[in-house]
Amino acid sequence: MVEHYLSIFISSIFIENLALSVFLGMCTFLAISKKIEAAIGLGIAVIVVLAITVPLNNIIYNFLLRDGALTWLGYPDVSLEFVGLISYIGVIAACVQILEMFLDKYVPKLYTALGIFLPLITVNCAILGASLFMVEKNLDFGESVVYGLGGGVGWALAIVLLAGIREKLKYSDIPDGLEGLGITFITVGLMTFGFMSFGGIIL
Amino acid sequence: MSKFKEILLTPIFKDNPIALQILGICSALAVTSKLYPTLIMCVALTITVSLSNFFISLIRNIIPTNIRIIVQMTIISSLVILVDQFLKAYDYETSKTLSVFVGLIITNCIVMGRAEAFAMQNTPGVSFLDGLGNGLGYSLILIVVGAIRELLGSGQLLGIDILTTTQNGGWYVGNNFFLLAPSSFLIIGLFIWALRSWKTEQVEEKEFLMSKNAPKEVETHHG
Repeated sequence: MVEHYLSIFISSIFIENLALSVFLGMCTFLAISKKIEAAIGLGIAVIVVLAITVPLNNIIYNFLLRDGALTWLGYPDVSLEFVGLISYIGVIAACVQILEMFLDKYVPKLYTALGIFLPLITVNCAILGASLFMVEKNLDFGESVVYGLGGGVGWALAIVLLAGIREKLKYSDIPDGLEGLGITFITVGLMTFGFMSFGGIIL
Repeated sequence: MSKFKEILLTPIFKDNPIALQILGICSALAVTSKLYPTLIMCVALTITVSLSNFFISLIRNIIPTNIRIIVQMTIISSLVILVDQFLKAYDYETSKTLSVFVGLIITNCIVMGRAEAFAMQNTPGVSFLDGLGNGLGYSLILIVVGAIRELLGSGQLLGIDILTTTQNGGWYVGNNFFLLAPSSFLIIGLFIWALRSWKTEQVEEKEFLMSKNAPKEVETHHG
């Protein structure tokens, strides 16, 4: 049993890394990766949001939305799957808003560091994407907790790695037009090639 | 009048959402392996961002600050569901190829980013133009990337043979690299290089300047 959870955890970090294998959450990934410190802060925020929202959406999907899920209310023929997208995003938006108020009050330093990118976690496709993958893989509640956590750790790992590379890159002599965003795109392209080598590993 | 023109045209080259504001990159990587779905995606996004900007700006003074994200998301997801249903009704084939990505317009940061940064402070008409301009700026990059990838990857444009591949009895050997998603990172990187060589004011400042004829020890000291 533990092995099963461990393999979901490992594969969501390396083999199906949300940032580098599925290309989700790229905007924040590129924008907040200048400094390792900020990258760690954002990484932690994403881990927290994912670990909360994926299991929550799992509960909503299993008890309200999926085909025949409303049997306990006496409506066995009703399927509400078509409102899936809007309910997942509702849960995510509510979580982010609560997190934002919490950070503003108790960790104002991180709040200012994240700036506009905290509300943008709502539209971080990694968050919605993870919930959609959870539905697609048909995970049960325990698995969805592990998957949310693993996906968050994988994304955080990727952004910290990129921030590490970028902190070194600023000392190198890069052509003017490529400075900053341009070279970052190319770096990420090469990193994704590296992560492609994890593809196809079966745990 | 010139003010409106400026709001419409600035996001296309001067303040491009992908190349400068770093918004909406995920879909730029995923849908660009062929040109036709890319075009549909551009139209869908441009419509969504213009209309969401318009409606959010219309009610900007009555949205309570604490729940603004949820209100914005509701407006945006309703619009995306409309676009999705419309596409399913009139171009079912393409909607099947794009299915996931049309849904993911909800999480495209251009829509949300412009709502937060522009529509919340400006009047509806101007916000609509800002949305339109940003949609066009996004489309510009997606079309360039989509055209390069389809042409070099499978020798076609919009499904019409331009460079006949060896599989179809021609001379061109399709470059499979361009069919893989990582290639769009490199293309966008090089596109940014080209854009910034032309509009030099967008070049980012170097944090450390390389000194001329620096001795070897000094260079390695930093590295």
